[in-house]
Amino acid sequence: MDASFRRGLRAGVPFSLVGFLLSMSFGVLAVQAGFSALQAIVMSAVVHAGSAQFAATAILGAGGGLVPSVLAGSLMNARFLAMGIAVAPSLRGGPGRRALQGQTVVDPSWALANQGDGSFDRQLMMGATVPQYAGWVSGTVAGAFLGDVAGDPDRFGLDVVFPVFFLALLAAELRDPRSRGVALAGALIALALVPFTPPGVPVLAAGTAALVGLAR
Amino acid sequence: MTAWLMIGALAVTTALIKAFGPVLVGGRELPPTAVKVIALLPPVLLAALVVTSTLSEGQRLHVDASAAGVAVAGVMIWRRLPLLVVVLTAVVVTAGVRALT
Repeated sequence: MDASFRRGLRAGVPFSLVGFLLSMSFGVLAVQAGFSALQAIVMSAVVHAGSAQFAATAILGAGGGLVPSVLAGSLMNARFLAMGIAVAPSLRGGPGRRALQGQTVVDPSWALANQGDGSFDRQLMMGATVPQYAGWVSGTVAGAFLGDVAGDPDRFGLDVVFPVFFLALLAAELRDPRSRGVALAGALIALALVPFTPPGVPVLAAGTAALVGLAR
Repeated sequence: MTAWLMIGALAVTTALIKAFGPVLVGGRELPPTAVKVIALLPPVLLAALVVTSTLSEGQRLHVDASAAGVAVAGVMIWRRLPLLVVVLTAVVVTAGVRALT
């Protein structure tokens, strides 16, 4: 096994524990929204994208219909377009193999694999996704069976897990002072767009702040 | 039934979105200017995720107990405390503030 892949496995463990908490609240909310435990678990296994799963189940559960729920979930995933283009030159093999390696792009793995110079350690990225996938699916199992007895997971403060998860990843990026200004700009663009665009779009649009890289 | 269709469709769109960059860009070296832009994407996208997941609910901006939890977490992350300790503290702070307000 590649040394980077092993380092990735280890680096992914803390994020998999946090992911467990996050997917547990997903499991609870999905069951409360009218999904069966099996549906919640299968969804985590085949989608494995937190924000998309929360958005799509909330909309379908509220009677929003099939197309709007799939669209909202896909929009939450739109950031993976930017992340996929970013890692593309660091992947190896033919189109099929690259497409498969691209499936291991999840936010923590992508951020951990970032080498700061525009390149990515693909072995580390793939390794870091393995424990996170296990944590994600098992957390959903726990949440789905807690389901209706758990009450509102927000009451237990579990909604804070998601932003703190991303804040920890962001903090590592901000150790480079050149990142701070653009991060702030991205945050402001995203907040400014929230009232005017569907959820998911503000994050993708914030990516335009990275264009200041053209001037450097 | 609709739930299964949604799960299947979302699995397919997610896989396509993740495959798009790797297949389209393939093994080509990107021009140096593009590389500079890419190097700035992680802090930008992560910052946007932090603020939108803390301060918005659908298309509405709002400040609630989770903002207090995130603020406490920010200080703890800056002091380099372990992630799991940070997350559990933030959860307790958020639940506490929510219970009191």
